[in-house]
Amino acid sequence: MKIHEYQAKDLFRRYNVLVPDGQVAFSVEEAKQIAAGLGGFPVVVKAQIHAGGRGKGGGVKLAASMEEVEALAGQILGMTLITHQTGPEGKRVQKLLIEAGQKIEQELYLGLLVDRATASIVIMASRDGGMDIEQVAQKTPERIIKVYVDPLMGLQGYQIREVGFGLGLPAGAMKSFSGLLSNLYKLFVAYDSSMVEINPLILTPDDTVLALDAKVDFDSNALYRHKDLLELRDLSEEDPMEVEASRFNLNYINLEGNVGNIVNGAGLAMATMDIIKNAGATPANFMDVGGGASSEQVENAFRIILADPKVKAVLINIFGGILRCDIFAQGVVDAARKTGIRIPVVVRMEGTNVDEGKRILADAGLDLIAASDLSDAADKIAAAVN
Amino acid sequence: MSIFVNKDTRLLVQGITGNEGSFHTRQCIEYGTCVVAGVTPGKGGKMMDKVPVFNTVAQAVKGTGANASLIFVPPPFGADAIMEAADAGVAIIVAITEGIPILDMVRVKNFLAAKKCRLIGPNCPGIITPGECKIGIMPGKIHKQGSIGVVSRSGTLTYEVVDQLTKLGLGQSTCIGIGGDPVNGTNFIDVLSAFQDDDQTSAIVMVGEIGGNAEEEAAAFINANITKPVVGFIAGLTAPPGRRMGHAGAIISGSSGTGAAKIAAFRDNGIHVCENLGEIGRICKEVF
Repeated sequence: MKIHEYQAKDLFRRYNVLVPDGQVAFSVEEAKQIAAGLGGFPVVVKAQIHAGGRGKGGGVKLAASMEEVEALAGQILGMTLITHQTGPEGKRVQKLLIEAGQKIEQELYLGLLVDRATASIVIMASRDGGMDIEQVAQKTPERIIKVYVDPLMGLQGYQIREVGFGLGLPAGAMKSFSGLLSNLYKLFVAYDSSMVEINPLILTPDDTVLALDAKVDFDSNALYRHKDLLELRDLSEEDPMEVEASRFNLNYINLEGNVGNIVNGAGLAMATMDIIKNAGATPANFMDVGGGASSEQVENAFRIILADPKVKAVLINIFGGILRCDIFAQGVVDAARKTGIRIPVVVRMEGTNVDEGKRILADAGLDLIAASDLSDAADKIAAAVN
Repeated sequence: MSIFVNKDTRLLVQGITGNEGSFHTRQCIEYGTCVVAGVTPGKGGKMMDKVPVFNTVAQAVKGTGANASLIFVPPPFGADAIMEAADAGVAIIVAITEGIPILDMVRVKNFLAAKKCRLIGPNCPGIITPGECKIGIMPGKIHKQGSIGVVSRSGTLTYEVVDQLTKLGLGQSTCIGIGGDPVNGTNFIDVLSAFQDDDQTSAIVMVGEIGGNAEEEAAAFINANITKPVVGFIAGLTAPPGRRMGHAGAIISGSSGTGAAKIAAFRDNGIHVCENLGEIGRICKEVF
């Protein structure tokens, strides 16, 4: 689960990770009030959307006076910000973070994430703050410091020093840095974060280290033990169809193509998208109804996909293991009767009770196109949309 | 032979009295698996059909000599259940549970490093040695005894592959789903190396997906250590970056974990690549 920068900074404050003074504003008037309370200029006006690259897209500006705060807040609020992470349609800015400007001696990068290969928490740091860290890692890997923390032992003092001195911080800044990193690690573990990133982390002329930016993602599987985080979810940042699907525990991702698809199991769902592409069409979504889905889930999946105006045909691919094909077929028939089918629907089923399932589909008198195997299904779906 | 499990494996089921636990225990017994015990805290002394239920894994192991465990407990208790089995000396632990928090698994993995056991999963369909022993939720009857080893990160996708193999008369030695989570127990390399050492296995099918770099590492390992022919498939070539494709581990982060990089690693290391799932049975028939 993603949250906004201002929410991440509130969490940072709770864990004594130093951040600039500032608050979230939903209107120009609020922006001015907050700026007045900061006690001086410059003030930074930052668009709050769930995507990186906001600065380059024109969503982060420096204001030297109250007039500029007013002008910039008015300009950024309501604008559609397009960055390399938003996709071409961009995201509409609905809130701003108004923050006190900082004196910057040096910009650094600091990130924490779970390392899959070593099953540990890895701290990544670099002197190349403010840059795209992926590119730094690719072009100049020697400029990235990596320290792996044993999760059973926790972060050790020597590891903090390894990162701090590795970044070339002056000895006078080590106390500030040490406090920041150990508190950040505590926050990471306490909230089951999957990623915490500060880019840039800054060193000020008085040897203080603070987080100028803040990005935090949480492990969705662990949200059950962090009820307070659920309030931070911003549904307006998510695709409405994906929000709807998540209400029914369906794994759904909205994509750009025109072939809707419904599959049981994540791996098979990905492979089915690939098959659609191979056949010369493009998938409109990823939809995994689960390895052992109920007929109710199938029905909801069908309804959500048929409601998508860009979908011109639907491919249903089911391997019945635990989910029996006859149960599944009944779910499809029920859903089709309720919602009505106005576009071609190709059904490919295999596995437990497949003959019974095929009979149910054939007897229903619906306009479904049966496919004998995966290749046949791919050909039929491509023919239906092309 | 076969790998990890066979007709002598004595299975206990953690979470045996739950809906899924009881349903799949019956399916495993029907397949011929020797299920000797169940564990549900607070239900010790009862029976699930003909299977005695214990309060703890340690008691179940002591009472029945169980040497493998199948875990069905809900995600908040998954890590605890795995550690309980490991601490009781269970040799093979198969965790079906989907949705265990990643930091729990990070701790479990480090905890297991000091134990003599093998964890398969979590978030996996389990392991089956056709004709001998099924520990998991896969449909038993699509499998056929034979000489192809199958290893995969997925569930239904594996069934699809196995079904195609069986229909073409290609039986399997052992099929293992290692799970779709980013941090899991047994990895591709563990399984590949066991297949290499197994006399019954003459060829290997490896089914990977986007996310992480386990497939790339496995490909390099195959080049250096595996003499048996390998057919590889990768799911998710059309997946967008930054999105979690159902499995917690199936996500392209920046430039890492893409399907294209995995396919390239397969080709560079002499693995026969199948690009279209519908063809995998036929390609195996040709190659093997």
